[in-house]
Amino acid sequence: MNTRSVVDLTPGESGIINGFMDDTLSLKLLEMGCLPGQPIKYNFAAPLGDPICVSVSGYNLSLRLDEAITISIQ
Amino acid sequence: MSNRTIPKIALVGNPNSGKSSLFNHLTGLNQKIGNFPGVTVDKKTGICHLDATHKAEIIDLPGTYSIYPNSTDEKIVFDILGNKNNPLHPDIVVVIVDASNFKRNLLLFTQLYDLHIPTVLVLNMMDIVEKTGLSIDEKKLSQELGVPVIPMKARRGKGVDVLKKTLLNDMDYHFSPIFEARSHAPEAIDAVKEMFSINEDYVAYQMLQQHRINQSLTKNEKNLLTDLVEKHNFSRDDLRRKETLDRYAAINDFIDGSVKENFTTLPKHWTQRLDRIFTHKIFGYVIFFLILFLIFQSIFAWAEVPMDLIDLTFSELATWLSETLPPGVLTRLLTEGIVPGIGGIVIFIPQIAILFAFIAILEETGYMSRVVFLMDKIMRKFGLNGKSVVPLISGVACAIPAIMATRTIENWKERLITIFVTPLMSCSARLPIYTILIALIVPDRSLFWFINLQGVALMGLYLLGFLAAIISAWFMKLILKSKERSFLVMELPTYKMPRWKNVGITMFEKSKTFVFEAGKIIFAISIVLWVFASYGPGDRMDKAEEVILAETQNQQLTEQELHNKIESYKLENSYAGIFGKTIEPAIKPLGYDWKIGIALITSFAAREVFVGTMATIYSIGETDDEMTIKSRMRREINPDTGGPRYTLATGSSLLIFYAFAMQCMSTLAIVYRETKGWKWPVLQLLYMSGLAYLCAFITYNIFS
Repeated sequence: MNTRSVVDLTPGESGIINGFMDDTLSLKLLEMGCLPGQPIKYNFAAPLGDPICVSVSGYNLSLRLDEAITISIQ
Repeated sequence: MSNRTIPKIALVGNPNSGKSSLFNHLTGLNQKIGNFPGVTVDKKTGICHLDATHKAEIIDLPGTYSIYPNSTDEKIVFDILGNKNNPLHPDIVVVIVDASNFKRNLLLFTQLYDLHIPTVLVLNMMDIVEKTGLSIDEKKLSQELGVPVIPMKARRGKGVDVLKKTLLNDMDYHFSPIFEARSHAPEAIDAVKEMFSINEDYVAYQMLQQHRINQSLTKNEKNLLTDLVEKHNFSRDDLRRKETLDRYAAINDFIDGSVKENFTTLPKHWTQRLDRIFTHKIFGYVIFFLILFLIFQSIFAWAEVPMDLIDLTFSELATWLSETLPPGVLTRLLTEGIVPGIGGIVIFIPQIAILFAFIAILEETGYMSRVVFLMDKIMRKFGLNGKSVVPLISGVACAIPAIMATRTIENWKERLITIFVTPLMSCSARLPIYTILIALIVPDRSLFWFINLQGVALMGLYLLGFLAAIISAWFMKLILKSKERSFLVMELPTYKMPRWKNVGITMFEKSKTFVFEAGKIIFAISIVLWVFASYGPGDRMDKAEEVILAETQNQQLTEQELHNKIESYKLENSYAGIFGKTIEPAIKPLGYDWKIGIALITSFAAREVFVGTMATIYSIGETDDEMTIKSRMRREINPDTGGPRYTLATGSSLLIFYAFAMQCMSTLAIVYRETKGWKWPVLQLLYMSGLAYLCAFITYNIFS
């Protein structure tokens, strides 16, 4: 079993959202436009490596690493 | 639309959707900032002239991404829109969306639409949409959604007139729910509709979802709803997930024919390029600190001229009044109490205006969220959150809005720590004190051609406040325990040029609110203080002349010296003098005398009265009224040493004391409201005052 998550992407790389590994967080992520089946792109990380900036649903979103890791991708 | 009462129109939208631009266009300077009843959420309302004869009241609701609140601020949206009995319940809801970021913005629209209030959809940022090659057929979209759709360029005010016209017309409004709430939980929803006599399925559904945080429900009603949730197996989170997915599916259907989109290739060149610089490993932080430095230099350099002018104008006015009006108690009250008191308020305006202008620009451009992004990891080490940076920076203007701004922090422990340490940031009320004391003890010299030594001293004090805040936060992180999770799911908006009109309005509104709110206290204290400084117990005041004459019989004194001796004897024996003398032993180790003691006592209500108090104390009995406060303080002599009263040691010690001490009733009141109890404000008062005393003591002993 090796599920890839958003943190496994390299800067500039995209993936398709598969699902969420955290129930509470998924409520918020869904509302913010992180939808299963939609592409998500890793843009860049903050200078200290955390949080990161991703593109989803046509806009930029910042997530902490421990939040990004709950978004699994194909 | 009927003429009977003014219709209420609520403005709702995502953060960064251009909501405040639209609000400013609709209302201009007819704005009122107050509180929503029962909660301390900033309520902005304004009157809008829809045409020559029709007016409407516009209510600006807090920006939110969803009807499910993440923060205290966002709760108010459902409280008002979901409750027909709420006095602010609107007749029409205007939902403003960022059309260049269409899908996510429409989620909130679909939720509000289902509440069944007449809704108008405003598509903002059409200029960006046009540039990116996106095309939106608003007529078709309007048919699909069944509500008026108005394209707008709020930054330039384009589309505002069309919106006003639309709001005037009767809307023909066909309602069919976007999310079929009832089909998911029919029994529970029917039960709620009956119990609370609600007609709309979605309102009932939302009450089942959100009753625990709903402000308008009684405890009994909440319990009833909890029972219903359990009885009917209403699984909140599953339904909410299903709802969001359904809504996004519906949005895709709506925009299918009317919007030609290609989101993945949206050319957002500028934002990408700028982010490369602003979030760069080194330049990111360098730029952030340069911006902070620029702010402090500007406050000091640009505000000085108007401030000196205001200071001079009021002292001239006092002189003119005392020469023109017949002598008597009322004239003295006017020239020694009221006029210096008002002057002490007005002198704030330039600095506050500049400070709020900068904060507004940082918010407007989208840079503030980059600051959060840059600082989150560092702030977490100190028990704070990246979002704590915004309250901490706003704290430089005023702790009250700053503490209210902590509501965006979802995690309670992080929020509490932010609330606790924010008042340590040097607020604008400290600025006049810093300004006047720095001018007394730091020479006005240039270090290099552009860096002013006094500006450096000022920045040092702000830095000191920040360090005190962050170190205190770290201690609190060790003491407080919490298992609650902390989040940072935050939009990074595209960079935009600031809208100068918005900056101007913010400057004007904030200065106005601040001056009137703080002004009331300063004004009242100035008058009370004048009375206490002019009258004393028994007949000691009346006998002042006799006593001094007797004391100085054998000395050769000029009339002027004699007059000064009598006046200072009077001040010493006034009520204020007695108060000051009482606490003198406690403040002597810090290098203060009883006159400064009077200022300390009055400052405990609100520190901004310091300058006014100084003005009042030092102008009592003065003969040459034309002197400014600064020169009066400079001339003050310490009788023990014969040198000036405001030496480096006393001045620095006083600066440190004012930097750390909790001297603001309004802040304590707001902390009480935000933490729902006296525990935290009392701890804050004790901690900050203790810290101030200790540090001032150390400072005085180092420099003397």
